[in-house]
Amino acid sequence: MSSINFDIAHLLAGSLVLVSFLELYQDRLYALLNVYAVHALALAASVGWQAFAQDAPHLYVTAGIALVFKAVVIPVALHRMIVRLGIHREIEKVVGVGPVMLAGIGLVALSMVVILRVTQEADPLAREDLAFALSVILLGLLMMVTRRNAVSQVVGFMSLENGLVLAATGAKGMPLVVEISVAFSVLIAFIVIGIFLFRIRERFDTVDVQALDRFRGEHS
Amino acid sequence: MNWVMSGVASATSFNALSGLLLIPAGAAVLLALLPGYRSTARLNVAAAALTLLCAFSLFFRRPEPGVYLLVDDLNGTFVVLTTFVGFTTSVFSLSYIGHELETGRLTPPFVRFYHAMYQVLMFAMNLALIANNIGLMWVAIELATLTTVMMVGIYRTHEALEAAWKYFILGSIGIALALFGTILIYMAARPVVSEGLDAMAWTMLVSRAGGFDAALLDLAFVFLLLGYGTKVGLAPLHAWLPDAHAEGPTPISAVLSGLLLNVALYALLRFKMVLAANSAALAPGPLMVTLGLLSLVFAAFMLYRRRDIKRMFAYSSIEHMGIITFAFGMGGPLANFAGLLHMTMHSLTKSAIFFAVGHVAQVKGTQRIADMGGLTETHPVLGWGLILGVVAIAGLPPLGIFMSEFLVVSSTFARAPLLALVLVFGILVGFAALLLRLNSIAFGAPRGPNGRTNASYVPMFAHLALVLLAGIYLPPALVAWFENVAKLLG
Repeated sequence: MSSINFDIAHLLAGSLVLVSFLELYQDRLYALLNVYAVHALALAASVGWQAFAQDAPHLYVTAGIALVFKAVVIPVALHRMIVRLGIHREIEKVVGVGPVMLAGIGLVALSMVVILRVTQEADPLAREDLAFALSVILLGLLMMVTRRNAVSQVVGFMSLENGLVLAATGAKGMPLVVEISVAFSVLIAFIVIGIFLFRIRERFDTVDVQALDRFRGEHS
Repeated sequence: MNWVMSGVASATSFNALSGLLLIPAGAAVLLALLPGYRSTARLNVAAAALTLLCAFSLFFRRPEPGVYLLVDDLNGTFVVLTTFVGFTTSVFSLSYIGHELETGRLTPPFVRFYHAMYQVLMFAMNLALIANNIGLMWVAIELATLTTVMMVGIYRTHEALEAAWKYFILGSIGIALALFGTILIYMAARPVVSEGLDAMAWTMLVSRAGGFDAALLDLAFVFLLLGYGTKVGLAPLHAWLPDAHAEGPTPISAVLSGLLLNVALYALLRFKMVLAANSAALAPGPLMVTLGLLSLVFAAFMLYRRRDIKRMFAYSSIEHMGIITFAFGMGGPLANFAGLLHMTMHSLTKSAIFFAVGHVAQVKGTQRIADMGGLTETHPVLGWGLILGVVAIAGLPPLGIFMSEFLVVSSTFARAPLLALVLVFGILVGFAALLLRLNSIAFGAPRGPNGRTNASYVPMFAHLALVLLAGIYLPPALVAWFENVAKLLG
């Protein structure tokens, strides 16, 4: 593995983490969707580079799915859904931006410490990729926890899935079955979410998850 | 001549294995296309029965492990249990869904959707169990999650939607963490086994685990435990479970409790075997023991304040999954045997209880415990069936759960008396809560509305009879079978 390959892979995976941070402090839905599209673009570039570096042509398919489906189709569809449903465009946060960013930095540090320590014998490229991927996954989780709005929770979940794809492609020679099914399950997940969003709107006139929380299953 | 015979044998065994997948898949397509409730509901039962026959035939002819599919003693047990409860639940669902159509809670298009989804769920669970590939298993469990999410939300009430949403979000996070663990396992296996499919096959993973990087395995297991543990419903990760059980159609509650939780547990057990085969890796037992005990004690206390009957039994499922996880965490031939037996008994009993509860909720028109009373007077068969089920799940002799709980407790006392004390404490707390509630539901003056339903009692009593039988007499063949599996689990 020449060092330029390594540097580029490092750069692209690192940019994915950076964009995850950008997602964390967005307070408008449209802006959030745009940043998510950039996130998916970074993923597509990173996976594409891995396909080249590992000489694994099937990874181009995964990159293509990320490029077309995640970077274009989903943001556009969600965008239209927001317009059509008249969803509030501001994102209500549970925690302020400052603490969330600090928590995010802490999570990235945590995943670096954990992964780099554990995988000392692994191939360095896979190792760095895995550390970045875990950061992206944890940042996605953080976003889901700190947002009340259903759409931004979904975006958080999708960036979490991006982290998973990054991890899967970083693991050299992982069978294609998994990659396609990962992409496929994202698709299914998205359909489910779409149906839910519609249904939620149909019933409650809001997609603010907080409004759903009235029910605790224990009506007296 | 010989090779002809063996050729025929391998062909039939291949068919049995692929039948487990093709029958539900084909039935799902048919059920999605065919209109008409009566015929499709029967088709659903017929498909489930055929799948069960395929599962039984695995006893006689077992195919060699392939690249993608694998049957051994361990998952054979799970497959037979899954297809059996899947079949009886489809019989129960026949009368249950009929009633829901009559009362207008479900419309014909939704019933068609429901039946198709039921078969997709069966397909996904069978695939998860017989997959020889950790990636394929993950996909199957994800599919099972998505199907059940859709079914939980099928009534489209406010509560059902919230339950489905919560289940979806928590289930997806769990499944995502599990995938990360799966990737880590692959990375641990790749240098030792080889690149590609082999590094994800159970057969290879278990036999070659000794050479894996222990640190990677440890990290992977933590993610897998959190991920699949969410699907098992272990205590800090259980939040989706009571809602999903309470708001979905009752046949789905029965399948969720009786089967899907087991499938997730099966995944954990396999990964535990991989870790156990590596001497340098951390011992997975203590982690499972802790989570199991936590679930048990937590759920036992939560049983007291339930006002909704299905939520109450959902918490009871958390309690029992805690006991089972605890038993497998302790490990060793005796505890594993007890865990297997308890899992089987719990699946049979809990689904029987949900069969009863489904009809009770239909005749009463509500799931609130406060609106139920004097069931033994108004609906004697249903009332006594429920009593028998609750007595069984509470762990009274001579029923099967008593046997298995006794085995868990006694094997623990011999090795870790302090843990056994916590275990017994949890079991007793749960026991008291269940009997307290049972008293107000089954006896006393009749309360609440009294509807009618043409209930099918056969599945419920068939399950209870099996549980009773197991409590009195375990066939030696079954004992030998379970002992074999327990040894396999280490």
